[in-house]
Amino acid sequence: MTSILSIARLELLIARRNLWVATAILLMAMFNVVLTVAGNAPTGVLGATPMTIAITSITTLSVYLLPLIGLLLSFDAISGEAERGTLTLGLSYPLSRADILLGKFIAHMVVLGVAVAIGLALTTLIIVSRHGTGAIEWAPLASLYFTSLALGATFLGLGYTISSLVKQTGAASGIAIALWLIAVVLYDLGLLGALVTDAGGDFSKTIFPYALVANPADAFRLLNMPDQSVNMLASGLGAASSVTGFFGQLTSLLLWPVAALLFALLAFKRVEP
Amino acid sequence: MPALKIEHVVKRHGTLQTISDVSLNVEAGERVALLGHNGAGKTTIIKMVLGLMPITAGTINVLGHHPGSAAARKQTGYLPESVAFHGALTGREQLHHFARLKSTSLKEADDLLERVGLAHAADRRIGTYSKGMRQRIGLAQVALGQPKLAILDEPTSGLDPVSRHEFYDIVEELAHNGAAVMLSSHALTELELRTDRIAILSKGQLVANDSLQKLRDLASLPIKFKVTASNDTIDGVNEQLGGERVNCQSLELLCTPSEKIDVLSAITALGSVVKDVDVTPASLEELYRHFSKVEEKQS
Repeated sequence: MTSILSIARLELLIARRNLWVATAILLMAMFNVVLTVAGNAPTGVLGATPMTIAITSITTLSVYLLPLIGLLLSFDAISGEAERGTLTLGLSYPLSRADILLGKFIAHMVVLGVAVAIGLALTTLIIVSRHGTGAIEWAPLASLYFTSLALGATFLGLGYTISSLVKQTGAASGIAIALWLIAVVLYDLGLLGALVTDAGGDFSKTIFPYALVANPADAFRLLNMPDQSVNMLASGLGAASSVTGFFGQLTSLLLWPVAALLFALLAFKRVEP
Repeated sequence: MPALKIEHVVKRHGTLQTISDVSLNVEAGERVALLGHNGAGKTTIIKMVLGLMPITAGTINVLGHHPGSAAARKQTGYLPESVAFHGALTGREQLHHFARLKSTSLKEADDLLERVGLAHAADRRIGTYSKGMRQRIGLAQVALGQPKLAILDEPTSGLDPVSRHEFYDIVEELAHNGAAVMLSSHALTELELRTDRIAILSKGQLVANDSLQKLRDLASLPIKFKVTASNDTIDGVNEQLGGERVNCQSLELLCTPSEKIDVLSAITALGSVVKDVDVTPASLEELYRHFSKVEEKQS
């Protein structure tokens, strides 16, 4: 336990000095403030509460931003150490590979957790300053916060996996960006394409809803988008939402971080320094 | 029971055999140098001893434990070849971290920083350190928790002579405190005086394993004499002693170790004609070449 915490502590120090903490906080704060302020201009027109509008906008953006921050924090976690030569040294110390991975994961989760918390706190402050404390809705805020962490954790795990499989940091960064593109853009485009081709056939009713929630980014989007908000994927998303439901989305978001960390551990255990 | 016991170890990567039947012991308090050119298998042996690489055949015993077991790792200090600690951390932060991993006190880490001469730079980032300072952090982490076995892979490459000297002082201290030390190096001259035993590895095989003196006897490489006289006497000296003229004042002659005393008395018999004599036994470099059978290129 001491070892895990010591690694987490060291990684946090590195993340702070490398300005990763500052970058993550700045990104989340900036986008949350802009979206909250912009989203609140036409209050009342849509018939939605200010909090709903803010959360919908932030969700849409977080789908892109959180996986990106997660991958950026994790892609050189193993390959970077392998290149510097500290991996061999670390593995000669009396601690397991799971300890090393867990220590790094805790540190990176703290970075994500602080960044997301500061972003949402700013959003809440702006809404309170404009609409009073009555406008705060704790449940969707908490849901957005924890699902954001789950989404970030998933991509941290996937980043460690890539970092372990590819021993060069340069290659790892390329694969991480490719994974990000696939998960948050190409996957949805592919599904939409299939949906259009299928034109309401069996695929749309049976496979599509599950295929959609199987992507943690989509599960995150569905879970945080209230029904009345304007959906990006409109009817398709709505249909999927009703079939797999809240539990489907929650299961996806709970299973993915665990699975991604297990992948990472398996990949890391195979690394021969 | 030796601290490190390597018995008939074989390592194969597919069909390529990188280590063939190597047996080597290191006792507590003993400093053993592992020599060999690039690719001879030094780092492979080190990684197998640390449990970072599976052994194809044979056994390795580290302080009575399996290599890589928690008990073995706890008592082993290791300095990898060309390690680069994260530049964003200070020396103290890095060493405190290692102290926590080894479950030893932070005070010991601070004392070691002082011992390796980094106390003044302990709170500066490692990114600002010179190569020698970074290597000292590496050595300090080896010494943490008083290891029973210290393994140093090319520890002095890229260090200046003064740093090397100080480096070996600390290695000596480790051995003095009861650690078995195994180190690999390319810098042969420094090993002559600073190690107790020399093991030479060539193409995955152990070709020599003894003290420097024993290796010299074994190889019975010629001893070199350099006799200096003056311009007008050197021809006479050459006639009496033989050998080869190197310039107008001195000559060089070679003899086997058993002839050494005879040659010396022949030289002293010449009396005041001889101004100076240099006697050079085979250097470690020559021994190393002899045992690893590298043809010495004539220039």
